[in-house]
Amino acid sequence: MSHAVSANGEPRNYLNETYGIKSWLLTLDHKRIGILYLITLAVFFLVGSMFASLIRFELMTPKGDLVEAETYNKLFTMHGVVMIFFFLIPSIPAVLGNFLIPLQIGARDVAFPRLNLLSYYLYVAGGAFAVLAIIMGGIDTGWTFYTPYSSTYSTSFVSLALVGVFVNGFSSILTGVNFMVTIHKMRAPGMTWFRLPLFIWGHYATSLIQVLGTPVVAITLLLVCFERAFKIGIFDPNYGGDPVLFQHMFWFYSHPAVYIMILPGFAVISDVIACFSRKRVFGYSFVAFSSLAIAVLGFLVWGHHLFVSGQSTYASMVFSFITFFIAVPTAIKIFNWSFTLHKASVKLDSPMLYVMGFIGLFTIGGLTGLFLSTLGIDVHLHDTYFVVAHFHYVMVGGMVMGFLCGLHFWWPKMTGRMYSEGAAKLGVMFVFAGFNLTFFPQFILGYLGMPRRYHAYPEEWQALNIMSTAGATVLGLGFSLTIVYLLWSLFKGEKAPANPFQAKGLEWDIPSPPIAHNFEAIPIVTWEAYPYGEEESTEPSTEAVPERAKEDEVV
Amino acid sequence: MSDFPLFPAQASTIAWQVDALYAFLLVLTVIFCLLVFGMVIIFAIKYRRRSEDEQPEQTHGNLVLELSWTIVPLFLALFVFLLGADVFFRLQRSPSDPLEIYAVGKQWMWKIQHESGKREINTLHVPKGQPVRLTMTSEDVIHDFFIPAFRVKNDVLPGRYTTLWFEATQTGEFHLFCAEYCGTQHSGMIGKVIVLEPADYHDWLMGASSGESMVEAGERQFQQLGCETCHKSTATGRGPSLVGIYDKPVTLSNGQEVVVDSDYIRESILQPTAKIVAGYEPIMPIFEGQISEQSLLQIASYIKSLSESAE
Repeated sequence: MSHAVSANGEPRNYLNETYGIKSWLLTLDHKRIGILYLITLAVFFLVGSMFASLIRFELMTPKGDLVEAETYNKLFTMHGVVMIFFFLIPSIPAVLGNFLIPLQIGARDVAFPRLNLLSYYLYVAGGAFAVLAIIMGGIDTGWTFYTPYSSTYSTSFVSLALVGVFVNGFSSILTGVNFMVTIHKMRAPGMTWFRLPLFIWGHYATSLIQVLGTPVVAITLLLVCFERAFKIGIFDPNYGGDPVLFQHMFWFYSHPAVYIMILPGFAVISDVIACFSRKRVFGYSFVAFSSLAIAVLGFLVWGHHLFVSGQSTYASMVFSFITFFIAVPTAIKIFNWSFTLHKASVKLDSPMLYVMGFIGLFTIGGLTGLFLSTLGIDVHLHDTYFVVAHFHYVMVGGMVMGFLCGLHFWWPKMTGRMYSEGAAKLGVMFVFAGFNLTFFPQFILGYLGMPRRYHAYPEEWQALNIMSTAGATVLGLGFSLTIVYLLWSLFKGEKAPANPFQAKGLEWDIPSPPIAHNFEAIPIVTWEAYPYGEEESTEPSTEAVPERAKEDEVV
Repeated sequence: MSDFPLFPAQASTIAWQVDALYAFLLVLTVIFCLLVFGMVIIFAIKYRRRSEDEQPEQTHGNLVLELSWTIVPLFLALFVFLLGADVFFRLQRSPSDPLEIYAVGKQWMWKIQHESGKREINTLHVPKGQPVRLTMTSEDVIHDFFIPAFRVKNDVLPGRYTTLWFEATQTGEFHLFCAEYCGTQHSGMIGKVIVLEPADYHDWLMGASSGESMVEAGERQFQQLGCETCHKSTATGRGPSLVGIYDKPVTLSNGQEVVVDSDYIRESILQPTAKIVAGYEPIMPIFEGQISEQSLLQIASYIKSLSESAE
């Protein structure tokens, strides 16, 4: 085929199809948009990590001596805002979801490519507002923006940051809508719901939360802006408002948002564990439906953030009761993944090491969640470092490990290059060890009673805080190493074959990197997800090109 | 070891119950971790890939296994819920007739007043072996009163009262923290809880000049603000009599019933028209913005005392 070779003699792919900055910034290709997200996310991750390092260095000594209290408050606020809204929430869906959903379901793009580009620019615009707020002097409300502090008392750049989060919310909503429609309408012939990789199920559940939850937080944050600007009484009792109302509205989104941040991690783990154990994920339909169960239950538990806020005793009991139900689908996932390894053929390449790390850290993160949903214990643990440790085990131990896992697994597919496996193994060890050293001592600090968001603390807690800071240094080294060898691979890495890990799935049947339109011919799927051990049936059938594929050629 | 503590001091009647529950959950966590980590590590070693073209036999799942790891966690979770709810109930319900102490949080200090009228800032003196109930409110943003050694914590909200109770079991000094982020000097909004033997507490309370008690201060302001011209001790005034009404239900002009507590008294002083007692006109002036949180607590104490003396 004449069009299969680019000007410089390489096979044509989505990276060399067109050149120039404009071809990237105005691209409608879901794969290029995924790469744009990856670059932008990496910048936000570095900024957020920088804030985190300053926090940890301040906490090496009990006295607040490295930075002023006001600066410290701004550091943890901006760390939270940047990491949660501009890194964790978009991370896996925007990068890997964008890149892989069309490839995995056998489509040529997402349902609404222009909307997809708009999502990216809304994310950039939201991020620009946040960065502007940071440059002008920062915000000091905590990422939770609790009223009436945020709405009346704080003199920092709250409204600007809130507008940033508000605009970014639309990026999240549009991406969710786009993915849902894509998964419903764009699947290749024969790709039934139960033939979908679990990566797709996880993203479907995530999109559901993004579409249903994000509008609530968007309105809530806008109301805070209105109260700041016009002194209307919604949250501040001085104007007749209710300060706790904000917490209800905020957590109605922000608790489900925790699942926005972790379900895509689950999605990645399922695909990777199948590949490196050469087995179908144990209990496929249980794993698929547990994602949906988590998405639905996630909307009914926001009140577990309000056990000590003066909420009625009985409301707290109901919220605690429902929260315990979330333990069930979570346990189902953990056990099914673990059992996938039973009588499997396990290879511990770096993506699989990330899976092992994920299971370890997420299990601890999940189980410590039980402590916090237990009413009698949460009263003591609420707003202490135990909570900080718990959500970092889930968000960093779960989501960041999941993100790195997916990035390493699909890196050859995305970039066409292989990274150094030795360096990658070293990186995952550093990240795992550093992470545990950073956050495990914080569980102990939390039970001892160290409140979160404290710039200075009693002297008897210094030893544990020094351990935590030392761990953060190791963790930082791990992340730096990872960034270095991944960048290195782009220039010096070996060319990646189409399927370096002998994985199953439509994305592995096409070249690395894929061509701009993904598939020369739309595949017809006649096999289940993860058909490991069934060599014959997985060859993509191109004999009979269905009508729909021909139409796509014309478009 | 004092430089490297792993558990906080256990200084209240509830502390050991919270610790016991915590220990139980720790054991449960360790068992589950060993199970999962053990399974993953043993499988990864035992079933490691021995040759590149190895193809394991495929399985699709196992209903018995699925059901067992659905049902067992479910019942365990519900059991833990019950244990937690039980402790929570005891944390929420104070024993009858506790020692009442009042706390007002503001950026960035704790103002505390004992019923005798004695005031202190960022320090709370309490007797050992007697239930103490704190009634708390905030002058500005949300704060949170947290005493780790007692395992108690509650948010302190502007515009309403919240309570917290404990019974100290050890004399000594313990940390007091503001646990809800409240602005620049949040980490400076700390103090000490000093637990004394009951006799020492009594001496401390009587020591120095404690001035007028909270009830006396409330009564003085009740007169100064002219409350008594309408709220007479008999039902002859233009407003309802306040004698013997505390903790009792009262019917409102819209037919609803509310219990007269500190929150209702506070609201009725600041925004009198919000909940009018049936049979009375909405003629009381609004005191919003003209009266401090501490004065409100004192007036509420006085009104409460009218019910205690009436019994």
